[in-house]
Amino acid sequence: MPEHKALLEVDNVTLRFGGLTALDQVSFEIREGEILGLIGPNGAGKTTCFNAMTGVYQVTSGEIRFDGARLAKMKRYKITKLGMARTFQNIRLFKSMTVLENVMVGTDAHSKVGFWDALLRTPRHRRTEAASREEAMRLLALVGIKARPDELAANLSYGDQRRLEIARAMATGPKLLCLDEPAAGFNPAEKAKLMELIRKVRDEGYTVLLIEHDMRLVMGVTDRIVVLEFGKKIAEGSPAEIRDNPAVIAAYLGVDEEDAS
Amino acid sequence: MHFQLLFDNILAFTIGGLVFGSIYALVALGYTMVYGVLQLINFAHSEVFMYGTFAVAWTFVFVHGTDQVTWSLWRALPVLLLALLAAMLLSASIALLLERVAYRPLLNKNAPKLIALISAIGASFALSEAMGVRDLLSDLLPGMLVSVLIGFVIATVIVFVIATRQQAATAGEEPTGLVESARAVRSGPIVVVSIVLAYMICKTLGLLSPINESVGLREKLIDYVRKARDIYTNPVTIRPHRLFEIGGYRVSDVDIVVVASALLMMVALDLFVRRTKFGRGIRAVAQDPESAALMGVNSTRVIQVTFLVGGLMAGAAATLYMLRIGSTRQNSGFILGVKAFTAAVLGGIGNLRGALLGGLVLGVAESYGSALFGSKWQDVVAFVLLVLILLVRPSGLLGESLGKARA
Amino acid sequence: MASAADVMRRAGERWDDFVDRYNRQPWYLKAIFVLAMVFLAYALPLLRPPLITTNSIDFGGVMFGVAAYALVALGLNIVIGYAGLLDLGYIGFYAVGAYTTAVLTAYHGSWPFFLVLPVSIAVTMVTGVILGAPTLRVRGDYLAIVTLGFGEIIRITVTNVEWLGAAAGIKDIAHPNSIGPNPEGPFIDPSEKGIFQIPRVVWDGLVPHLDHEHPTSFLIFGSGDAIPYYWLLLTALILVFLGDRLIKSSRVGRAWEATREDEDAAELMGVPTFRFKLMAFALGAAIGGLSGSFYASGQSGYINPQSFLLLYSILFVAAVVVGGSGNRWGAILGGALVAYLPDRFRDINEYRYLIFGLALTLLAIWRPEGLLPPRRTRRRKAAEAEIEALEEGELDEEGSHA
Repeated sequence: MPEHKALLEVDNVTLRFGGLTALDQVSFEIREGEILGLIGPNGAGKTTCFNAMTGVYQVTSGEIRFDGARLAKMKRYKITKLGMARTFQNIRLFKSMTVLENVMVGTDAHSKVGFWDALLRTPRHRRTEAASREEAMRLLALVGIKARPDELAANLSYGDQRRLEIARAMATGPKLLCLDEPAAGFNPAEKAKLMELIRKVRDEGYTVLLIEHDMRLVMGVTDRIVVLEFGKKIAEGSPAEIRDNPAVIAAYLGVDEEDAS
Repeated sequence: MHFQLLFDNILAFTIGGLVFGSIYALVALGYTMVYGVLQLINFAHSEVFMYGTFAVAWTFVFVHGTDQVTWSLWRALPVLLLALLAAMLLSASIALLLERVAYRPLLNKNAPKLIALISAIGASFALSEAMGVRDLLSDLLPGMLVSVLIGFVIATVIVFVIATRQQAATAGEEPTGLVESARAVRSGPIVVVSIVLAYMICKTLGLLSPINESVGLREKLIDYVRKARDIYTNPVTIRPHRLFEIGGYRVSDVDIVVVASALLMMVALDLFVRRTKFGRGIRAVAQDPESAALMGVNSTRVIQVTFLVGGLMAGAAATLYMLRIGSTRQNSGFILGVKAFTAAVLGGIGNLRGALLGGLVLGVAESYGSALFGSKWQDVVAFVLLVLILLVRPSGLLGESLGKARA
Repeated sequence: MASAADVMRRAGERWDDFVDRYNRQPWYLKAIFVLAMVFLAYALPLLRPPLITTNSIDFGGVMFGVAAYALVALGLNIVIGYAGLLDLGYIGFYAVGAYTTAVLTAYHGSWPFFLVLPVSIAVTMVTGVILGAPTLRVRGDYLAIVTLGFGEIIRITVTNVEWLGAAAGIKDIAHPNSIGPNPEGPFIDPSEKGIFQIPRVVWDGLVPHLDHEHPTSFLIFGSGDAIPYYWLLLTALILVFLGDRLIKSSRVGRAWEATREDEDAAELMGVPTFRFKLMAFALGAAIGGLSGSFYASGQSGYINPQSFLLLYSILFVAAVVVGGSGNRWGAILGGALVAYLPDRFRDINEYRYLIFGLALTLLAIWRPEGLLPPRRTRRRKAAEAEIEALEEGELDEEGSHA
């Protein structure tokens, strides 16, 4: 694939909690239009890295730039508005809202409708609401759960809840979509479907960051892979390069049983 | 503002504040422990305290009678210890009753926290009002007890009739004893309905007033129930005796006893939570209820112990309160409860030592505040302080968590 | 086997069925039903139906109080039910609205009521923002205690500050402006007042009669008849209700709900949660102020600090949650009951709060989801029952699925 400009740059980032160094001078970049895999054994700092990127944690030193803008101290919802969206490893849907409403919370991220628009039902409100609904239905169709938009999110099956999370994140109109272990708890057939979905999402023009611990899934779908261990980056490269990298093999040997689950 | 007044008597106001602060701290423990374990604001804890204050006054009436006298602390000490026992017993019973009636059914159903709060608010009203109408209740009590008895008899009959019919219906299958099948009937609602029914029947038959009059409970209890909504004063006024003087303030034996016993209770509780098996259970449930349950901790028992300990502490606080103030009222728990909860939040809710620190800081701040702005602004000072501290340290002075080892 | 608990549960289910059936009706039937209910609500103090009507005190006045509390509950429902913020000092906003009206129309000015109304709404809203901006950042449970403190501070302040009337309160607060001729004087025939007069109904047992002696003049806000005040307040209630509906079914309502469900997730989905919480808080405050303003300028035109006890804040919260947190109708019903029951049962005055307390606890235990739960709770319950049935019945099939 052609070389693109970097969408997200993680530049020498260190993150400490008290005495514990969770990330140690990590640097990598995500290029526009690619699927980047971020992998590593349990506790390697994948999710920490992710949380630092989305503004949940403040980095101790170093810098994270998204689309040229520095993310330090930026409000979390503003980061989302800039174009970075995420899903959660442990599903965090708005359970007592309907499927459609969940996605529409995402589309609302760029809505300019305010209190008075809603109260007076201005044309802008009507227009935005209709567009939101249409976009939400399109995304539900894309991830394959458009059958029951008025069902409560809590009533969906586990797999559909994960799909809904992806749809909700895509609804915020991101340039970069970050998926945090989207295949957790999936069986092989479901994983295969998920890989298909991720490719489809990329083909729609999104850049995807995939945090995963299942090697087969990562190898099958990503363009490039960054490997973390104990908060440090130990390798970076194409799936083929990573597969043969002795450091990565060493890092993964100890945790093989866990991966099998 | 009266800066001069405050600075001239800074020690006096500090000691006065510490005395009240230690009472706040003891009550705050009840809030903080329940919050630590259940993440619930135990709204009715104020009434647990209020019942304790009445237990103290009643003990004095029981031992001494109703003549107003003034005793020294040493003269009153034996009765005071008896009163402490009575207050701790009554408060702990009320706390356990609360847990059983207002909380456990909801916890079993996994109901939202807000509903548990409402249930507690209801219980708080009911307890406070029951104390406020105790004069009227004492008129009705004998008749009610008779109705309850009759109701139980009716309920038993109904349950056995149902049990017999069920046996007849399932005849030929497994033969079960009548008592076993009666036990299988859900009897709680039947009992409630029967009691109400019995009461209504007795009332329409005109049985209640003769029963009530013949027992004459009100005459017998008049020293305990009269003018139930008015201030109830301990017949024995305990006169503070000056021990020594610091900076113009006469430190009395009462001050010393209040602060010292509060501290003693705190240390005992701290040791209980850190050193004993039950304490470990409490900390485990506070940290992670699910894992605690998996490790075999009986969470119902732990919750019971938490309420029990909170009740005991509230009883002790009630005794110290009566020692210092000397009178109580059916609604005296409410504002003290709000203050004590403020103290708990101030110190970091769920944190036992935080409750102590929060109580003392609140007491002293209030004391200074009333010196500066006048005593009518005392409560305002307390709440403004709370808001300010939460802005600077959102999790309280010492941070939250009953689960952590330092507890 | 039919035990009392079953009967109670079945009664609850029957009620839920009724609500569901209503929701399934075509829109015009619903509209007719709603219009009939609204008409009935306006006519209630004139109809004075037996059993419902209070005996010892003026029924119109009671209905005025009922409407005021229903409006308060509606405002608090936005704060608690939609945005999930536990506000235990809501009476403070009610007091701010009432005192703003009192001070500007009687104590330190003589503004007309309808000029003061927007001012007191603005003042309460600003109060809400000032209180909310620092406290909405801290954890939810602390908000409860901070707002509790706020309610108490307001009460202590109005009790102690001479400029605000102190403990004696403020009297002669301006009434809303009357419409129609309103001759003053001691011997005015009621038929000379107002644009037209409406007779009220008196009941002789179950037989209704028209009482032409004591008609209500439309639309005179005097000191003799509380019914016009009730109508005005009911109109405000209906307007707020409609506005509430529009807001709830918009981006704003979704943002509130998402924030209540999972604040972090909402923030990461681009919802500026703090701004929306503050909006809910300020909006709730403004509605509380609106209600307080109407309350102050009511029939008696008198307020004192005793009307703003902390107790009432707690009662409001109970009203909203017992009614069914997040449901407008539930909130209105709860608020109305809180105002109505103590007045209806004056004859058991001594016991009423005891009974109220017991009822509250029993209700919480019996129906944790509230009397009129919002649809979301009911649907979730239904789904849980379904899942439970599946888990029990089809354990074997689960193996083959995986």
